Amino acid sequence: MSQGPLLDTNSPLNGDQAQRLNDVLGGMNRDQMTWLSGYLAGLNASGGQLSAASPAGATQTVSALPEITVLYGSQTGNAEGVAEQARDRAKAHGFNVRLLDMADVTKKDLKDPTNLMVVVSTQGEGDPPDTAIGFYELINGRKAPKLDGHRFAVLGLGDSSYDQFCQMGKEFDARLAELGAERIGDRVDCDVDYEEPAEAWIETVLARYAELSGATTAAAEQDGPATQASESQWSKKNPFHAEILDTVILNDDGSSKETRHIELSLEGSGLVYEPGDALGVVPQNDPAYVDELLEKLKISHDTELDTGSRIRDALLAEFEVTTLTRPFLEKWAELSNDAELQRILSDEARDEFKEWVYGRHIIDVIEQFPVENLDAATFTQALRKLPPRLYSIASSYNADPDEVHLTVGVVRYEAHGRARNGVTTGYLSDHVQPGDTIPIYVDRNKNFKLPHDANTPIIMVGPGTGVAPFRAFMQERDDAGAEGDNWLFFGDQHFHTDFLYQAEWLNWREKGLLTRLDVAFSRDQAEKVYVQDRMREKGEDIYAWLERGAHFYVCGDGDRMAADVHQALLDIAKEHGGLDEDAAAQYIRELQQSKRYQRDVY
Amino acid sequence: MTDIIAKLRDESLDDYAANESLKVNSDFLRGKLMDDMADNATGAVSPDDTQLTKFHGFYMQDDRDVRDQRRKKKLEPLYSFMVRLRIAGGRMSSQQWLTLDDVAQRYANNTLRITTRQTFQYHGVFKSNLRAHLKTVNDAMIDTIAACGDVNRNVTSTANPHRSAIHRQVYDLAAAISDHLLPRTRAYHEIFLGEERVAGGPDQDEPLYTKHYLPRKFKIGLAVPPDNETDVLTNDVAFIAIVENGELKGFNVAVGGGMGSTHGEPDTYPRRGSIIGYCDVDQTVDVAEKIMLVQRDNGDRKNRKHARLKYTVDTMGVEGFRAELEKYLGYTLGEERAFEFTTTGDILGWYQGEDGQWHYGLFVENGRIRDYPDDNPIHAGMQIMSGMREIARIHDGDIVLSCNQNLIITNVKPELREQIDAIIDRYRMLKDVTPLRQHSIACVAFPTCGLAMAESERYLPTLLDRFDAIMKDAGLENDPIIVRMTGCPNGCGRPFMAEIGFVGKAIGRYNLYLGGDFTGTRLNKMYRENIDEKTILEELTPMIHRYAKEREAGEHFGDYVVRVGIIKATENGLDFHTA
Repeated sequence: MSQGPLLDTNSPLNGDQAQRLNDVLGGMNRDQMTWLSGYLAGLNASGGQLSAASPAGATQTVSALPEITVLYGSQTGNAEGVAEQARDRAKAHGFNVRLLDMADVTKKDLKDPTNLMVVVSTQGEGDPPDTAIGFYELINGRKAPKLDGHRFAVLGLGDSSYDQFCQMGKEFDARLAELGAERIGDRVDCDVDYEEPAEAWIETVLARYAELSGATTAAAEQDGPATQASESQWSKKNPFHAEILDTVILNDDGSSKETRHIELSLEGSGLVYEPGDALGVVPQNDPAYVDELLEKLKISHDTELDTGSRIRDALLAEFEVTTLTRPFLEKWAELSNDAELQRILSDEARDEFKEWVYGRHIIDVIEQFPVENLDAATFTQALRKLPPRLYSIASSYNADPDEVHLTVGVVRYEAHGRARNGVTTGYLSDHVQPGDTIPIYVDRNKNFKLPHDANTPIIMVGPGTGVAPFRAFMQERDDAGAEGDNWLFFGDQHFHTDFLYQAEWLNWREKGLLTRLDVAFSRDQAEKVYVQDRMREKGEDIYAWLERGAHFYVCGDGDRMAADVHQALLDIAKEHGGLDEDAAAQYIRELQQSKRYQRDVY
Repeated sequence: MTDIIAKLRDESLDDYAANESLKVNSDFLRGKLMDDMADNATGAVSPDDTQLTKFHGFYMQDDRDVRDQRRKKKLEPLYSFMVRLRIAGGRMSSQQWLTLDDVAQRYANNTLRITTRQTFQYHGVFKSNLRAHLKTVNDAMIDTIAACGDVNRNVTSTANPHRSAIHRQVYDLAAAISDHLLPRTRAYHEIFLGEERVAGGPDQDEPLYTKHYLPRKFKIGLAVPPDNETDVLTNDVAFIAIVENGELKGFNVAVGGGMGSTHGEPDTYPRRGSIIGYCDVDQTVDVAEKIMLVQRDNGDRKNRKHARLKYTVDTMGVEGFRAELEKYLGYTLGEERAFEFTTTGDILGWYQGEDGQWHYGLFVENGRIRDYPDDNPIHAGMQIMSGMREIARIHDGDIVLSCNQNLIITNVKPELREQIDAIIDRYRMLKDVTPLRQHSIACVAFPTCGLAMAESERYLPTLLDRFDAIMKDAGLENDPIIVRMTGCPNGCGRPFMAEIGFVGKAIGRYNLYLGGDFTGTRLNKMYRENIDEKTILEELTPMIHRYAKEREAGEHFGDYVVRVGIIKATENGLDFHTA
């Protein structure tokens, strides 16, 4: 059957739409038509919202708005999520948008003047995300491109409890300007509770770009869809209450570690996750700690806040009341007007500050630098929101869709005369038990994923709780019957008490799934041995695996282990690949940029 | 004469017990042990190699107390090794003692255990410590080769080689037999001591054993009547010294002793050795070898539960066995000569040997040498290990282990006697014990032994407290009764030769055996099956009281229960299960 062209008279479309659709349909073959009819039926059935679609009835001329490039550097996927949100919002406003990962960016991409929206996170001690290292080095190196005529705005993601808070955002912001680009808006630094400020930044920047182009952005009639259309209804703001099925301390008696294996039920949640994803746990603060805090502040439990909630409830569930951040201390220095506190916060005391903060909690500051007659509102305004904690998931959805498992290292120590617990680990180990529910959501991590090809070999380095995602990897590959070789490096303090999931690794090795298993127990002999030492011992084989396409994964401690493992990898490339310093660095950088070297470090 | 190699060549090894192919294919006991030792992801060795390690003197075990907890924690069982030394006749110098003591502290669970076969066992040796352990022991000129496995095990001899010239001569023969029957493979030296393998070297040369080794374990003991402290008739081969006019003439030769059996399988039974004749002193090593070869070639290699020499002897008949042996020997054995055993016990406390030298026999309950904490309910504050260390430091002479799990400090200089007494006092190495307790034996069982069905070493001392009370009530506190307990029917504590024997069936439950004799020449018989402590006490309390009243002069408990018909005498292994 043949039909004539679509017109505004024979369809519900307006003339422009009809014309554009005629152009598209005219070039289509039969198969494409068949697909399209199914696609449209499906789209209609799911509510009819197409994320990239301009709102119906938009009347502005698309060409009036400039093209925007959203450039992101992301480690765990948060920055990438924000970048995607920026793309979607920009499209909704009628911009043409290009989404660009710093991992993929080349000098050519920045040849013509661009309107940049830069979203970048900061790792560890002020480092760039792994996949952004190449770009970071490029713009800071001798071959850095001139960016005259470019425009930009930067959003930094970070955690204010780290000394080098949002360092990458700051550096990119400064460096892009140095290279000649025009800053069109102030940089925004986001703390762990980044969603709201990120959204505000997106809107502000888009409005500014529209203004600069002389156009006004169309008022997007609806919010753009969430970053992933398939995302479940459960989120950080609306967590699923998962029942704890079982919890067991994996360390045997005599260990100085307390690592908990926690099994949660996902039954009825519809939550889906992939190996490498993290589980967000929305914790509660320790009631005893909160009570002590209120007592020291001489604030009554029942004091009502503007929000209508009682302060005790708010301190339990809404605010971070343990970890010290610089913003809190600055506020406290102002309130207490204490010279010592002000001195510690000065730029000259930067190094001392780090040491000073270590092991100190908010309660210690309140005790040491009392503020008289402090009211509840002033106090809570000084606090940041209680961030959920993310744990690498230790199980595979495909192996058991009804459950999700975590491997949680319980933090307990003494400092400044007090026994300390990590907020979430304390919550998980001391305040909830099997049968209770805890609020959770899935936090995707696109940058820590098994290779698409089930035959690709993988090398996993996961000492301590860093082994968690690799248990998920093995469950997944076991379930899928994947034939790629698998090699695990594990380490901890003692073989007899701290070999997390030992029986499972041995079982997988026995089955032939786990091809190689190398372990390092640091405190079983006079000389400490770590995973990176085992890597060096097996360097020749590691290099051979990489040469045949292996993916290399590191999970765990980001303070020292990740750097030591990185150095070992460089040394292996030098020794066994016959590469010089620069070539080895390039070799590793290429692994990172092709996402064959992925890290999930904390 | 059967050639084992010719016999096996024609048949597929599949027809034989699994261990047979393991041995043959092990490259003379090497297996994959090199790889196992290098694998630090597990405290275990691979399943096949667990059989091979026995030939090298150690068994893989796990701490059964924590097995379930570790399973829940997703950890493998807490594997460790029981390492058994080869110390012919139990004799070592005080210097060697100090090394073995040091090894226990550094590489094992800080205890030493005297076995019922005159050697030390270490428990809790982790794989990561194994090489260092064996190397240190080796440097002290002691090893663990053939301490377990299908080979000739530690050769036992009298408790004190220095008691007389005869005892010394018998000890020398024990050591000679031990050396002669040692496997020749260099596997042990390569894998554990770092020796380089020499291609085409002497390792291919296992002239006595061949690559098939023996069908099952093989044990040899020697005794000098009237003492039978080696319980000599429980061995596959027993040499009973014949002394005439103060001169060692030769030995009565007994074959086919052995304790092991399996619950509920009447085809398996303990057996007392059958005397098949007499040999001269200079024939002894040869006779030992040829008996082993007859067993090598005729033992049942299809069913390991039927593979010990005792079954070979009963299959061939005692006369048939002797005839076959004489073919191997090329000469005939003499006729059995008269002898009498009067005791299986050790001499404890101070005594003088034939030459006037002083010796001290120290009672060690269940052979466990360790320092007990002050709150130990049975051995509060006894510091046997530290005490012995002190003694070994000042004493310049031999220390000998006995088959009753005691130790004898030999050739003590007279001026040291007081010092040794003082050390024994200071370290509380001895507590007041009754003769009943002195004659008791318990095997290790829980938590390390994988075979244990019930407690033994950790329980018998408590049960003996109850028995001591009963004996006191009955006025028998100065009389010995031989009580032995094992956690399973394999019989490491020789329960089937006890006057009162307990063999574990399940946690807290035992079979009760009665009617063995005091001198180690008669097996007992099952009296009650699968009973708990309450029933044990209900059965034995009236029996002991009745024995106190009705016994004849000098009559031992085991003989009494047979005489009055409480239990029927077991004449030999084949009627062990006959009521």
